[in-house]
Amino acid sequence: MTEATDIRRNPGGLPGELIMWVLIVSELAVFGAALLIFLVLRLGDPQGFADSQAQLHRLSAGINTMVLVSSGFAAALAARAAETGTAGARRAVRRLLAVAILLGGVFLLLKGVEYADAARRGLGLEAHVFFTFYWLLTLFHAAHVLAGMVILSIVSIRANADAVEASAQFWHMVDLVWVILFPVIYLL
Amino acid sequence: MKYRTQNIALAYFSVAMALFAVQVTMGLIMGYIYVQPNFLSDSLPFSVVRMLHSNSLIVWLLLGFFGSAYYLVPEEAERDIHSPTLAYLQLAILVLGTAGVVVTYLFDLFNGNWLLGKEGREFLEQPKWVKVGIVVAALIFLYNVTLTVLKGRKTAISNVLLLGLWGLALLFLFAFYNPANLVLDKQYWWWVVHLWVEGVWELVMAAILAFLMLKLTGVDREVVEKWLYVIVATALFSGILGTGHHYYWIGLPAYWQWVGSIFSSFEIVPFFAMMAFAFVMVWKGRRDHPNKAALLWSLGCTVLAFFGAGIWGFLHTLHGVNYYTHGTQITAAHGHLAFYGAYVCLVLAIITYAMPIMRNRDPYNQVLNMASFWLMSGGMLFMTFTLTFAGTVQTHLQRVNGEAYMDVQDQLAIFYWMRFGSGVAVVLGALLFIYSIAVVRREVFTPGPVQAHKDGHIEPAE
Repeated sequence: MTEATDIRRNPGGLPGELIMWVLIVSELAVFGAALLIFLVLRLGDPQGFADSQAQLHRLSAGINTMVLVSSGFAAALAARAAETGTAGARRAVRRLLAVAILLGGVFLLLKGVEYADAARRGLGLEAHVFFTFYWLLTLFHAAHVLAGMVILSIVSIRANADAVEASAQFWHMVDLVWVILFPVIYLL
Repeated sequence: MKYRTQNIALAYFSVAMALFAVQVTMGLIMGYIYVQPNFLSDSLPFSVVRMLHSNSLIVWLLLGFFGSAYYLVPEEAERDIHSPTLAYLQLAILVLGTAGVVVTYLFDLFNGNWLLGKEGREFLEQPKWVKVGIVVAALIFLYNVTLTVLKGRKTAISNVLLLGLWGLALLFLFAFYNPANLVLDKQYWWWVVHLWVEGVWELVMAAILAFLMLKLTGVDREVVEKWLYVIVATALFSGILGTGHHYYWIGLPAYWQWVGSIFSSFEIVPFFAMMAFAFVMVWKGRRDHPNKAALLWSLGCTVLAFFGAGIWGFLHTLHGVNYYTHGTQITAAHGHLAFYGAYVCLVLAIITYAMPIMRNRDPYNQVLNMASFWLMSGGMLFMTFTLTFAGTVQTHLQRVNGEAYMDVQDQLAIFYWMRFGSGVAVVLGALLFIYSIAVVRREVFTPGPVQAHKDGHIEPAE
């Protein structure tokens, strides 16, 4: 159901699917807890964390941030287009979702290049606690990007407004997590 | 009782209660061995008593789940169980298998035989023919219940229950894999045990609780289902990767310390949600159900599960803490209250609810039944506290000060004596419970008059 009808039916209620919100809150709680631990551990070894961070590719990750946010924008446009429900809108929804999925693929491609480089230089999970968290957090996130691409592909088949909205919700969560991850791991 | 085949549950619950009595008796014997280590050391070694204690617990809880499914699925699906004969055959296989395990264990028959003998494992230690029997029984059960649901009305409660029971059966298959590598052995063992109690069993628990709330409080099904979905989502989200908290020290890569710590910390959420669910339903419900004891067990279940599984679990789940407390009496304290709260109370709740209906009498025995709740729960809580104190002292003496294991055990004797005392209370409570549901035919106290609600109506019981 669309946001507007949902609120009419249940004034002051939650727009979209309850379970999607439960999932989003759970994901944010887990990523938040992990980032918090990461920051606390950094207090104990600022030099080691700074040295490790210098090994990462900030430019590539910066580009990826823009890629993912643009992808989120495309998904938002798709959700809005889906609400109109006309036959022409369905084509637009599919096109926009395809853009979102494609940009998700670009993100994974760039991330893959970063991973390959880190692996080549022996910066694995056990190299330093910084890298333990780097790999765990970004791999969990990349898995969500992949899952999001699959979800967006599935909903684009029927382009039903409720489903597109739910998938966009998920995709924005993936976006949001990256926007928090990026500064904490790459920049601070 | 609306459907004749719901009566299958009576047989399951009866066997479950017999095993329950065996289980707590074994616990009491073990509690005595802790303070008098030579007690029965020749005829009944500690390792065997412990196996009987923990395995009979698992088996009677499983029988309780199966019985609950046979009781509630007809009501949810609005039709009789597909084949009662198969249901009784399944019970017969499980009883035969259980007897086989106990006899094989006590007399160490067929030592070394791949099919009939022991496998030398610590926990997933059933002779192979019994494991096969368990799988056959599970297949019969799933076939029978799934077919009933598919042919009848599909509800969120029966869907979640089936999801939990299918998961339960599939995860048991890992018990067949017995790798030579001890690390892998332990890992797959946790895939059975952890993914049961902190995964699919929680789905079974949520479904049975939802059914009880629906019947006891009269709240709308729609409200119950919404809660059910949230509980299921949070249980699976935290529980699956939360398994990592068992990988800390068994030889798996170190990053599991972080994955396990973070995800298992959130395992408290579904237990909190179940507690909130039960109390909100009672608050919102308008039905004045005569079976107050069933309500007491249901509410007690969620509260004690929240404390035992949630709080006592969180207490030692972070790997920095667990490094010191691992395998001490802290673990025993958590294990006892978690199993008791989450699963023992759950099965006792549905037995308390279903027994009077199946035997076609009023819920007579309310006072005795409630007394057994307080006696058993009080005993279990006292046991949890004494073991927690014992574990704290043990952690300090043994893990921090580095004293030898048995020297420390000597110094814990006072706690073990108190634990034995609380064990007596639990056994008496268990026997009282069984007596109250099986024997008593009249109320001990005359109940007061039924009070009308504010708006004057009296909700009939279901």
